Parts: sequence; structure tokens; C-alpha cells
Amino acid sequence: MLTLAVIVPLLGALALAALPLDAARARPVATAVAGVPLALLLLVWATYDASGGFSAQAEMPWIPSLGIAWRVGVDGMSLSLALVSAVIFVAAIAWPIRVSDARAYHAWMLFLAGVSTGLFVTLDLVLFYVFFDLSLVGMYFLVGRWGHGDAQAAALKFFVYTLAGSLLILVGIIVLALSMPDLTFDMRAIIAAPPLSGPVAGLVLLALVAGFGIKTPVFPLHTWLPPAHVNAPGPVSAILAGVLLKMGAYGLVRVALQMVPEAFARHALPIALLGLASILWGALVACAQDNLKRRIAYTSVNHMGYVVLGVAVAGSGLGPEAARQIALTGAVVEMVAHGLITGALFLVAGAIWQRASDHDMGHFGGLAGPAPRLAGLATLAAFASLGLPGLAGFVAELHVFLGAFAVYPWIAAAGLLGILLTAALFLSMLRQVFFGELPATRADFADLTRRETAILGALLALVVLIGVWPAWLLSLIDAGSLVPTLGPGG
Amino acid sequence: MPLADLAPEIAVLVTAVLALLAAMALPQPRHGWCAGVALAGLAVAAGLALSQAGLRQTTFSGTFALDGATASARLLILGLTALSVGLSPAWFATDRRHGEVYAMLLFSALGAMAMAGAADLMQLVMGVLLSSVTGYVLAAYHRDWAISLEAGMKYFLVGALANALLVIGVVLVMGIAGGPGYAALGSLPRDPLAVTGLALVLAGLLFKLGAVPAHPWVPDVAEGAPVPAAAFLTTVPKVAAAVALYRLVEVVPDEAAPLRLLLGLVAVATMTLGNLCALAQDDLRRLIGWSSVSQTGYALMAVAVAGALPALIGFLAAYAFANVAALAVVAHLRGRTRIADWRGLGRSHPAALAALALAFLSFVGVPPLAGFLGKLALFAATLEAGLWWLALAAAANTVISLAYYLRVLGPALLSHPEAEAAVMGRSTAITLGAATAALLALTAAWAPVWPLLPEAVLP
Repeated sequence: MLTLAVIVPLLGALALAALPLDAARARPVATAVAGVPLALLLLVWATYDASGGFSAQAEMPWIPSLGIAWRVGVDGMSLSLALVSAVIFVAAIAWPIRVSDARAYHAWMLFLAGVSTGLFVTLDLVLFYVFFDLSLVGMYFLVGRWGHGDAQAAALKFFVYTLAGSLLILVGIIVLALSMPDLTFDMRAIIAAPPLSGPVAGLVLLALVAGFGIKTPVFPLHTWLPPAHVNAPGPVSAILAGVLLKMGAYGLVRVALQMVPEAFARHALPIALLGLASILWGALVACAQDNLKRRIAYTSVNHMGYVVLGVAVAGSGLGPEAARQIALTGAVVEMVAHGLITGALFLVAGAIWQRASDHDMGHFGGLAGPAPRLAGLATLAAFASLGLPGLAGFVAELHVFLGAFAVYPWIAAAGLLGILLTAALFLSMLRQVFFGELPATRADFADLTRRETAILGALLALVVLIGVWPAWLLSLIDAGSLVPTLGPGG
Repeated sequence: MPLADLAPEIAVLVTAVLALLAAMALPQPRHGWCAGVALAGLAVAAGLALSQAGLRQTTFSGTFALDGATASARLLILGLTALSVGLSPAWFATDRRHGEVYAMLLFSALGAMAMAGAADLMQLVMGVLLSSVTGYVLAAYHRDWAISLEAGMKYFLVGALANALLVIGVVLVMGIAGGPGYAALGSLPRDPLAVTGLALVLAGLLFKLGAVPAHPWVPDVAEGAPVPAAAFLTTVPKVAAAVALYRLVEVVPDEAAPLRLLLGLVAVATMTLGNLCALAQDDLRRLIGWSSVSQTGYALMAVAVAGALPALIGFLAAYAFANVAALAVVAHLRGRTRIADWRGLGRSHPAALAALALAFLSFVGVPPLAGFLGKLALFAATLEAGLWWLALAAAANTVISLAYYLRVLGPALLSHPEAEAAVMGRSTAITLGAATAALLALTAAWAPVWPLLPEAVLP
């Protein structure tokens, strides 16, 4: 079932690239294909066995002599992330954007959809790496070919920067696999009996944290992110923020935290400080941006900082176990919420670009007049992003900080500043773009079409649902099974 | 005399003579037929090589090893030569000496096969020399074109020096070991003369590999040699020399000379220099040449650790087919060489540029292409041996290499075309397809092929 969820979009991409389909039909076909993994994942969720461990497992040998196999299966964290990314892909593909060469564009989108699903559902480290790298290739072509501005340079920077990270990860996972009693890249085996200890574990952890930190991205490894976002088309930005950034954070939990728990506990404090630095730096720098997309891009750095802080708290081995579980739950909910919210925000930015070919906030104002639907949905998304109670971001940040206060109270207190800054920067963004005086040049600014409204509305409905009634998501994530059991201090 | 043991080599030799005779007898416009002769002969030789694949013995008084390494090297050399032959008819169609190219390619392949199977220092010298002498001719084949002549000249000068050093080294080592056979090297004492001799022998082999410090010919040959010859010279001698080097390093005891450590350092220097120089190129062929230097550096990682023969052969195969595919794209587009001229060709020639992209991404090691599987094997072997510095150097170099591959691929695939580009013809298109198919087949068949690769060379 999970295998199908990976293969169908990939085959769809191949078919779109090869078959002479009418360009106007490319979007509906691609949307339908992208819906398949979503349906399959919902089916997996319906039959999900919450008793711990991985569900819907399947295994097929690939290179047995090296312990590499096609292994898939999901637990609560990976299922929720795979579901969110499937939702974002359907939304981003269905989003009505004018592109040249629509067939190739949608083929790459489907390719990326298959690869991203694969990354979240695989249980083999080599396959994980394969999907991790293929996501870079897909994103490189999407940004480079369909981006605007200096898109090729941004795509190049993105690819080179993140490949550096992924090679560090490769070295890390090879060392992990080689130190198993029998050479294997099976995640389940490595999680069940983490093989490393001592200084080697510390070095592997360093490689993994640096590698995943680039992708997440964590301060100071985030500098590839703003140019990639600014130059990418809106839906591609939504995928970059909503899905690809999650890959880094997911890897941080799945590989760094679960496979080298002992070293993680020893070095949890510096990792938490990295998270704090991202929170503050991301928010501060975002405040200074005049470009709409750059501002949203930097809030991603800020939000991923909460995730890293939550993961660091969970792996610290300090404080009460319940606090660590709460922090990890918060981190995973933050991933889900950030995917939906920032995805929606980037779609809003894409809608504005489509109408005005401009992202400079100074050139806008009073858009609430001509475009009330756009303004309303953007306001909802911005409020969700700044952590307004009743919306998904609040649930996530509440959990992260509840856990963090029990373990690293000072870091948590400093991190709260980030929330304050985010609130300020989102409110000023809304004021500049949607309220105040409407410039004469924008008088004929068109509101969202019905389809755009429906897509944004659906994403934000999920955000409200998680905010109002998060219990179903929290029980699905079941962070208890993810937090490694360690004595205090590792 | 066990003549049949060398049946594949003899088949190549006979084919070379037949191709030469045919070139003498046929009028110039018919010289393309020699390619048919060459391909038929290579197919026969490959069949013979396959029939001997299971052997594990030495032959001709222990001077030639028939083992898995020889079998893999023979098949690779024959396959790569066939692809180079396939590129030639269109490229040399107007060349007055068209037919002789095939004989040269076959003689050079014969030298490479002799080198790969050598279990004796004199045999090694003979293989290296035969492969080199024919290589000089191939590099300078366009004798009216200064750049081709320069390539041949540089190849010759570096080669003459390296081969002279090789011969001196062989004499020194023979003097200490008491004979040319590899069996005698196993008991080589720790002696400064022996170390000097071994270092000189290595210099000769590093020249064939195109590794630091004997690398300067590679970019010139890639740029100046006829593209089919460049495809041949940047792959076939490398495969042979890598296997020969592996054999030599295996038999020399670690106490006699720390060859593995030395080669590890050479590997780092080679990959770093190759990548840094490739960054600055504006000429696609030179870029491919420097990238080939850096790939040699990665391949040497497998020689620097014990027991990494499968990784070496797997990686070499992935590299060689990708390199031939990349140069086949260049040949197909009539040797188009300035990077700026490749802008936007992805729209007008999607298939050729897709092949180039596959080859380059395989060089980078983007999964799941064969280049990735090869690099994975290399990384696993070096990390298992505890050489983390080597693995990290290779990882850093991979990142650098991505930058220049994308400098070509980015504008070529992402921009809009500015001018028309002419192509060579059907034969180059078919060869290009065959090289790409080989690369993809290697990717798909990695799992079943991997257990078949030889674990070790004959002692």
C-alpha cells in the first residue's frame, strides 16, 4: 500500500513527461495522480494499528549483501507527516498557476510528490538517502526552470548547499550501518539497538545534526533558504517550506535522536541552543525584510527553531519523562502545522505575484478592499503562524514550551521572545499589504478565484481543526514511543 | 603452451590486423566497414572472455592472471572499446586515414588487457607501453589541428617520462625481489631501494590512470583528441591501470612499503585538484577531462583500503560508462565544446541532454544512479577501514563537483536556446543510446551483479 503511494506519482511523472498530453489537461491529470497517495495514506491511517511499532510494513530485497532493501512502514510521526505532505502536494498541484511547459512542470511536481512520500514512509537508511537526494534534484529543476529573478543561481546554491548536508548524512548512516553486528541499513534494527557509543557516536551525531540542520534549516546553516524561496514560483515555495524542510526535521528525530540517543542526550544542550538561535535570528531577520516572500521564508527559520528546540528537549534525558514527550509531540505538531500554515502563506504570496509580479511590501497596501477573500485567508494564515490560540500553531508551540520549561527553563523563556517578534512581524506585514491606503496602480487587483479560495480554505480549515480539536493528531503522533528511554544525563 | 588462455587477447589482436588490412584494401569512403570488423571481433573476444570468467589460475609461467579481476577488466575494456568504435565512423568520415583508427583502438585495447591481467612486472611494462604508444597516436590523430597535436605531444611527453620511471622502478624492484613475478614480491624486504622502485612503478601506473602527479595530459587529451579517442583514452587505460595497481598493492607486504597510505594521499590530491581545476573551465571537453581526473581520485580510494576490489570495479564501470556517454553527447553534437554554446540545448535536443544530465548526475553520485551505488560502496569500504579522512575528503569534493556539473547542466536545461545546433548522425545517436543504456542497466542490475564481482585478486 505504501509502496503504491510512492510508485504511483513517480509513474505519473514519467507518463506526463513522455505522453503527448494537451498542456491544459496536465494540471487536472497531475492533481488526480497526486490524490492517489493521499487516498492510500488515508486508507493506511484507517487501518493503523496504534499499539506502537511500525504499521503497514512491506519489505523486498534490493542489495542483500549490503543489507539494503525496499522497506516501508509508518509510525504515528511519519504517517502524519506523509499525510500532510500529500495534502500540500494536492493543494500545490491543483493551484492554478500560469506556467510555460505545463507538462514538464507537473511531471516534476509529481516526481517530487512520490519522492517526498517515499522519504517519510521508508524504513531503510539508504532509501531514505536516495529520496532525500532525489528531492534536491526535483526542487533544483522546479526552482531553476520555473522560478523568476535570478532563479538559476538560487537553485544552484540550494542544490550545492543541501548536497553538502546530505553527504554528511551519508557518511553518518554508513558508519551507523557498519557498526551494527550484521551490516544492515534497516531503521527498525538500528532504532531497537542503537549501536554507537563514545566519541564515534558524538562525531556521527555531529555529521547528522549538521546535515539535517542544513535542510531544516538551522541557524547558521539557513542562508540557502531565502533566495530559493524568493525566486521559486508560489506553489513550489509552498512545497519547499511545507514538505522539504520537514525532511530535515524528520531526519533529526528519526535518525539523530532515535539512532544515536546516547550521544544526543550528551549534546542536547548545544542543539537546544541552536534551536533558540534559529528562533530568535529567524524572527529578527524576518522583521527587517521588505520582500513578502523573504519575510515568510525567515519565519520558517523561526518556526523550525521551535521544532529543533522540542526535539532537543525530548532527547536531553533530563527532567520528567512526560515533559520530554510533550516537547516531542509539540515538535511534530509544529512540523504538521508549519507545513499547512506556511504552505498557505506561500500560496498567498504566489497569488500576489501572479497578479502583480512584485513581492515588495512597500508597493502594496489596502488590498483588503479589492481582494477581501485573499485578505481574509491571509490574515487567518498569519494569525495561525504567530500562534493565536484556537489555531494549529498555538497547539504546537504550547507543547514545545511546556516541555522546554521543565528541562531548559532559561532557553524556553528566551524563546518566548521569538513568539513576540513573530506576532509583530506578521501584524506589520498584514498592515502593509492588506490595510491602509490602496495605491492607485493596484485598483484593479483581482481577488482570489473560486478555485484558489477553495484550496486555501481547505488548508486553513485543517489548521483550524487542529487548533480546536487536536486530540486526534496528538493520539496519532504518540510521541511516547519516539522518546528514547535513557537514564537522566544519558 | 596454453594458448587458449589468452584467446580474448588473441581475438583482439587478429581483429586489429584484419581491420588494418581492410583499411589498406578499401577505398576511403568505405573505411566505415572497418568499424563492423572491429565490432564483430570485439564481440567474439567478449564471448571468449565470458567463457573464461570462472577461471582462477595464472598462465604462461605465472606471468598472466586469469581471475575475476581480469575477467571484469576484459569485459569492461571490450565494451568501452566497442562504444568508442561506434562513435568513430561519423567522426572520422572525412579523415584520410579513417580506417587505421580502428586498428589503433584495438591495439590500445590489447595493451590495456595485457596490463589488467599482468602478474609479472615485465608483462606489466609491456602492457603499459603498448597502451601508451597507441594512445599517443590516437590523441594526435587530427594532425592538422594544433590543439590535437598539443594533446598528443603533452600525452607523449608526460608518458615518456612516466614510462621511463616505470622501467627504472621495475628494474630496481626486480633487483631486490630477485625476479619479475608477483609471487616474488610477496617477500619483498623493507629496503629503501625497493621503496624507491615501487614508487617509480606507481608513477607509471598513475600516469595511465591520470592521477596526480601524472595527470596533466588528461584535460588536454579530452579537449584536443578526436572525441571518440578521448572517450577511449579517458576510460580504457584507466580501468586497466586501476586493476593493475590493485594487483600490485595487494602483493606488496605492508611492511615493505606503505603503498596504501601513499595512494590514499594521492587519491585526496587527485580528486581535489581535479575538482578545483574543473571549476574554472569554460570548455566542456576540458571540464570532462578534469572531472575524469577527480573521478580517478575517488577510484583510488578503493585501492587505498584492503579488500575493496568489488567497490573498485563497480565504481570504475559506473564512471567509465558515464564518461563515454558524456563524450558521446559531445560527439553527437559535433564536438560542440564551449559551455556557453550549450545554453538551452535541452529544449532542442532533449534526449541528448537528458543523457548528459544522467551521466553528470551519476558522476556526482545522485541516487539511485550507478555512480551513487559505486560511491556508496567506496564510502562503505573506506569507513569500514577507518579512513574517515578519506571519506570526508571525497564527500567535500563531491559537493565541489556538483557546482561545475550544474554550471553546464543549469543553462543547458533551464535556459532558452539561442542558436541551432547540428548533430552528427545516426551512428553517434545509437552509440550514445548504447552508452546511456549501459549506465542505466548497470544501475538496475547492480544488485544481481554485485555478488558476482570478484572478492580478491590471485595472490
